[in-house]
Amino acid sequence: MIDLHGFGNQLLQGAVITVELAFASLIVGLILGLLGASAKLSSIKALQWIANAYTTIIRGIPELLTVLIIYFGATSVLMSVASLFGYEEYIEIGPFVAGVTALGLTFGAYATEVFRGALQSIPKGQHEAAVALGMGNVRKFYRIILPQVWRMALPGLGNLFLVLLKDTALVSVVGLDDIMRKASIAVSSTKEPFLFYSAAACMYLILTIISMVAVHYMEKKASRGIKRT
Amino acid sequence: MELSVVISYFPRLLDGAWVTLQLVILSIVLGAIFALPIALARISSSPFVRVFPFLYIFFFRGTPLLVQIFLVYYGASQFEVVKESVFWPILREPFWCAIIAFTLNTSAYTAEIFRGAIQAIPVGEVEACKVVGMTRFQMYRRVLLPRAFGIVLPAYGNEIILMLKGSALASTITLLDLTGMARTIIARTYTPIEIFMAAGVIYLVISMVVIAIFKQVEKRQNRYLGPIVIKVPEKG
Repeated sequence: MIDLHGFGNQLLQGAVITVELAFASLIVGLILGLLGASAKLSSIKALQWIANAYTTIIRGIPELLTVLIIYFGATSVLMSVASLFGYEEYIEIGPFVAGVTALGLTFGAYATEVFRGALQSIPKGQHEAAVALGMGNVRKFYRIILPQVWRMALPGLGNLFLVLLKDTALVSVVGLDDIMRKASIAVSSTKEPFLFYSAAACMYLILTIISMVAVHYMEKKASRGIKRT
Repeated sequence: MELSVVISYFPRLLDGAWVTLQLVILSIVLGAIFALPIALARISSSPFVRVFPFLYIFFFRGTPLLVQIFLVYYGASQFEVVKESVFWPILREPFWCAIIAFTLNTSAYTAEIFRGAIQAIPVGEVEACKVVGMTRFQMYRRVLLPRAFGIVLPAYGNEIILMLKGSALASTITLLDLTGMARTIIARTYTPIEIFMAAGVIYLVISMVVIAIFKQVEKRQNRYLGPIVIKVPEKG
């Protein structure tokens, strides 16, 4: 049996943090993605411009750099904003918050494109039918648009979640106690890098497999009303 | 914001960008060379041949690149055998470790792209080759691979951009690539926002150049198609 020198528990605790980080970023990213897609499809030029700048910049710079900018940069930005309101105490952003912000922004930028494609694929006739039935904008969105967008966006979002899950490892660089950092801590005290990084790799693989299975079932459930062609 | 810091350290950032470019170009070229046999083995009709590329691709696509770099750079030194072997002078250098990890990683992704492209070619063309009396090798060299090259371009351009972004991880094993250089400068000047933003702009410029080059190559490669656009499913 593989001997983890009692660090197995620590690695599992790291896995919990990794999963928490992934889900928190997922929620932030989904909201940003829907907002971004709506902005890109809106008729207001300024909103389109902001959404385009957001996706171009975030998708063009490395995720690691985003994490570093948020972790080291947000503190000074927040403090200068706070000083405008007369708040002079020191503000610090923890690695978890910085990670959720950075990964959420990244996920949101890619999800914007996925949602935009899904929103655009809903025929105009359905919008008109909803309006003809007397639905308001909000009701139309919840009853007609969202269920279909969900079904069409799921495969793309599933892929993005797998990418997000792997990107969580980057937050260990700024000191979040996730799987990677727990593994590094174990390595520095046991001097067995191959063993612990392999264990970390296995844990990520298991998380990946679980997510793949979950996404598969969600896709099945979301498209239960659709005949396979 | 202090722009003077950016200006005075800009040459050093460019030095970092040069290391980044070397990392990306070397691993992309090596990755493509490895990817082709992996892709061909992946579509083999024998399940025993298929299972190895499947596991290889599954491992490298299912684990974070950071883990893979650490496995190569720190992991290899756990074994005395490796330390005494002829490979040690290479495995000791962070640059070559980064190249090894990036190459393995990108070859797995690229193999999947190649496989998708080869399988996207209509069966009729394969049948036509057989009717004309081409051997398997001729069919691949004359028809399937050139066709696949045209189909592969958009997805392959994406992969290069992803590799460019992934190369920032080289900074975690002490390499002074663009991100590593930025972190070193910041440790001295304490101006994270200005320097990281400047690094971000350089990354953006590099990826825009890559995108522009690929647009041109795509236009040329697929010129026989006229204005038709080939759609390749985006990869995750």
